[in-house]
Amino acid sequence: MKGQVFAITLVVMSGVATFIMFISTMDSLNLTRNTFYRDYGFADVFVNLKRAPESLKEKLKNVPGVNQVETRVSAYVKLDIGGFNEPVTARILSIPDDGKPLLNRLYIRKGRLADPAKDNEVVINENFAMAHGFGPGDQFAAVINGKWKKLTITGIALSPEFVLLMRPDAISPDFKRFGILWMGRKALSKSYNMDGAFNDVVLTLYPDAKLSDVLAELDNIVERYGGFGAYGRKDQISHRMLNEEFRQLQKSSKIFPTIFICVAAFLLNVVMSRTINTQREQIAALKAFGYNNTDVGIHYAKLVILILFAGLVLGIAGGIWFGKMLGAIYMEVYRFPYLIYILHNWVIIAAILISIASALAGTLHSLWRAARQQPAEAMRPEPPARYRVTLIEKIGIGRWLTQPSRIILRNIERKPVRTFLSILGIAAACATMISSGFFKDSVAYMINVQFILSQKEDMTVSFAEPTSRRAIYELKGLEGVNSAEPFRTVPARFRFGHRSYKTAINGIEPDSRLHLLLDNDFKPLSLPPSGIVLTDYLGKMLGVKAGDMLTVEVLEGSKPVREILVSALVKQYLGVTGYMDIKALNRIMGEGSAISGAYLATDSMFREKLYQRFVKMARVSGTVVRGDEIRNFNEIQARAMLFFTFIATLMACFISFGVVYNSARIALSERSRELSSLRVLGYTRGEISYILLGELGLLTLIAIPFGFIIGYWLCGYIAQALASDLFRVPLIIELKTYSLSAAVIFVSAAVSSLIVRHKLDHLDLVEVLKTRE
Amino acid sequence: MIDKEEETHNTRDVVFQVRDLTKIYKMGEVEVHALRGADLELYSGEIVVFLGPSGSGKSTLLNILGGLDTATSGSVSYRGKDLTNASEQELTEYRRYHVGFVFQFYNLIPSLTARENVEVVTEIAENPMVPEDALAIVGLTERLDHFPAQLSGGEQQRVAIARAISKNPEVLLCDEPTGALDSKTGIVVLEALERINRELGTATAIITHNADIAGMADRVIYLSNGIISEVKTNTVKKAPGELKW
Ligand SMILES: Nc1ncnc2c1ncn2[C@@H]1O[C@H](COP(=O)(O)OP(=O)(O)O)[C@@H](O)[C@H]1O
Ligand SMILES: [Mg+2]
Repeated sequence: MKGQVFAITLVVMSGVATFIMFISTMDSLNLTRNTFYRDYGFADVFVNLKRAPESLKEKLKNVPGVNQVETRVSAYVKLDIGGFNEPVTARILSIPDDGKPLLNRLYIRKGRLADPAKDNEVVINENFAMAHGFGPGDQFAAVINGKWKKLTITGIALSPEFVLLMRPDAISPDFKRFGILWMGRKALSKSYNMDGAFNDVVLTLYPDAKLSDVLAELDNIVERYGGFGAYGRKDQISHRMLNEEFRQLQKSSKIFPTIFICVAAFLLNVVMSRTINTQREQIAALKAFGYNNTDVGIHYAKLVILILFAGLVLGIAGGIWFGKMLGAIYMEVYRFPYLIYILHNWVIIAAILISIASALAGTLHSLWRAARQQPAEAMRPEPPARYRVTLIEKIGIGRWLTQPSRIILRNIERKPVRTFLSILGIAAACATMISSGFFKDSVAYMINVQFILSQKEDMTVSFAEPTSRRAIYELKGLEGVNSAEPFRTVPARFRFGHRSYKTAINGIEPDSRLHLLLDNDFKPLSLPPSGIVLTDYLGKMLGVKAGDMLTVEVLEGSKPVREILVSALVKQYLGVTGYMDIKALNRIMGEGSAISGAYLATDSMFREKLYQRFVKMARVSGTVVRGDEIRNFNEIQARAMLFFTFIATLMACFISFGVVYNSARIALSERSRELSSLRVLGYTRGEISYILLGELGLLTLIAIPFGFIIGYWLCGYIAQALASDLFRVPLIIELKTYSLSAAVIFVSAAVSSLIVRHKLDHLDLVEVLKTRE
Repeated sequence: MIDKEEETHNTRDVVFQVRDLTKIYKMGEVEVHALRGADLELYSGEIVVFLGPSGSGKSTLLNILGGLDTATSGSVSYRGKDLTNASEQELTEYRRYHVGFVFQFYNLIPSLTARENVEVVTEIAENPMVPEDALAIVGLTERLDHFPAQLSGGEQQRVAIARAISKNPEVLLCDEPTGALDSKTGIVVLEALERINRELGTATAIITHNADIAGMADRVIYLSNGIISEVKTNTVKKAPGELKW
């Protein structure tokens, strides 16, 4: 009994711990974020534009609903960091000359703000500083508006605007290759000829303001200043990514604890009904001595309460521990000044209530039976179990079965519900395991599709301004460039019916060999000379099918608005975009043959030399190297993955141990009599172990394919639940993940079996002969 | 008395030889002396009834003979082979191939039919009977496919006997085989044992606290308080049908 109590306690504990871990991590991140946002004035609305006079600020302030307004100067710069020979870009942002930004204030971790008058002093964000080991006083070079400048770091800062820092259009945060620099407004304005002007605005709104109205009005106002479209927090990348993370935690906090709670309820049910069955006579005796139903019920409820109590205490402690660990992992990527760990009382209360509910669900029936049982009835021995020849034997293989195998089959068949639930329990453990491997598999797959099949370029060069197509020849002429293809990217809003979505149109060569569009079967799709191709998920979001006419509002240049035929939807897991033939896009823009940059295929020998070239090329605003990007993505993923795999493995082991060990103990207590009888008849320890453990082995064997199916289904659910315009997780589960899951289940089943085997070896043969069943 | 016995049996094969057998159960501080130096022989082909009051050590003795338990001191040999120092594995093998057991509470496998309960043994024996034949000997040809729960107590005990003899054992050890049965059913069971002894020549030890059963034995061994107090040879053996209690 001790072992079983322990096993069930483990399962209850795991349920409580995962629940607490997920919810408390989510709550803590949420609270930390909200506190940071509030204390450091995170803006509600963000606007980028080309250039507007400072006087426009008053007009913006007068937009109904707008509370505070802050204008800024912002630009993308190339950096050259000594000793790091890879392309690095940064966004440089102004801070007001008085050093006190109204919104998106900086939390200075180290050092001080930059001198507003000095154009060689910057504050840098913490992740970037850590990635390069920078501290105040360190220096690096940057190309600011085409001019080389040596910059000195005066401080390391965090900003609510960049809790998660990601280069726009990147696949994941890359702290080495993208950073944020803050420079005094005066100095920065001078470098970019922005004296008395701005190109970036952040605003806060009054609580009662209607966001969509404000955005529309702002767009209206900045239109003539080259506005790129105002957006709210929900489209701000850092905020979005945090929200996605919360969503993921929330989903997990429902799925995994639910599995545990169900398994715990089932185990309690099995154990309690078995205990009460074997103790019929004691119950009767108690009643005969005048104990009433409540007393008897309480006697048995005590055990359940003990399990619950231990499970809750351990679970809460474990949940807090894991929650802090998970929080710390998040903190490596999500930059807050500090993590405020919080475990709301209601979470604990919910955990308690949920466990109590599961215990009740599991035991109420047995307790009720125990209480209701009449003394006289209980004194009579239990009616003998009814067995039948099983269906499997009847269909013909019966002849070939040994008696022990027959015993296994008939015992399984006699308790179909319990057998089924045991299988389900083990299957759930297996599914849990699969769901942890699934991310790794699908991410690997995603990367493969994205970068091996689709985006074959190994370097992307972006120009600061739309540039003549002739620039391509210059690139092609560089040593180490094997081929170069132009692209043109323009921001755009797509409208279909009442739905709209703001993203970009990417104009590429119709017969591109570096940047391929893939259909559902991953076959390259050729771009039609006119018409637009959308990411499949964008099509779904807008409700657009191939053949529909889509309203496209370009948000750059002369801002043309066109009805364009959607000619196809393409498979893509990261981001959502529209694709057009670059010539067609140029036509719409009415701009001749402009390009925004180029995809390159390069010779790896010359790659470093090429970066150096691009750093020095004034018109090149940034360079991205695929290999670096993929490597970084994998590194960022790896740690969190490791933690989740660890947790999932632990959980799966606890569940399968709980289920298998309990089944084994129950089976042992139900069958120790016949097993001893067989030992008396000369069966060896191994042979009787076969009967008991063979049954468990068979259950495990049946459970595993079930687990595969449930796991697949669970992953499908997770994939669907997590799908967003940022990324879609393909439902890919590798054979390796299946086999690892099966192996973990087998090992934990084997361990439980070994413990029971030990008991089997010490059966008292003589004792069993003395009593009637 | 003892001399006389030696005379009667010294020409026959000795199945068991027991010398100065003691068994002490330790229960915490308390020591229970279940056997206090028992000496006896069992010969092939004979029916021996062990008679004694409850607690006199009969089961303890039989369990040690059957290799289910080990003695505290003294020796037991089966066909010249020492059982006292046998390993767990050797004892299992000994039970498997040489001894048939019948117990008071039958100890059938509830999930197997009568025939399958016999097959449990024939499957692993070296020289087994056909299960149906074993059941025919105890008169259960009609009940082959019944589960224990569908059989009466007497029928269940006969299945247990069929199971015990189906390996063609050297000895049959029966601990209170009629203990849970009424006298009429008990006699049917004893008849089965007698018939087996007669037809197959299996040495049979029957434990009972029922003195009336002693009539069917070749020899009656009396136990009291852990020692063999008396050994009596029946000059006339009664058929079980003639017994009454
Ligand atoms: N496992 C045991 N532990 C302690 N004492 C035992 C055990 N088995 C038997 N005894 C004691 O040994 C004595 C002999 O028992 P047993 O051989 O069963 O007698 P019988 O079969 O003649 O009734 C009794 O006093 C009994 O209580
Ligand atoms: Mg006894």
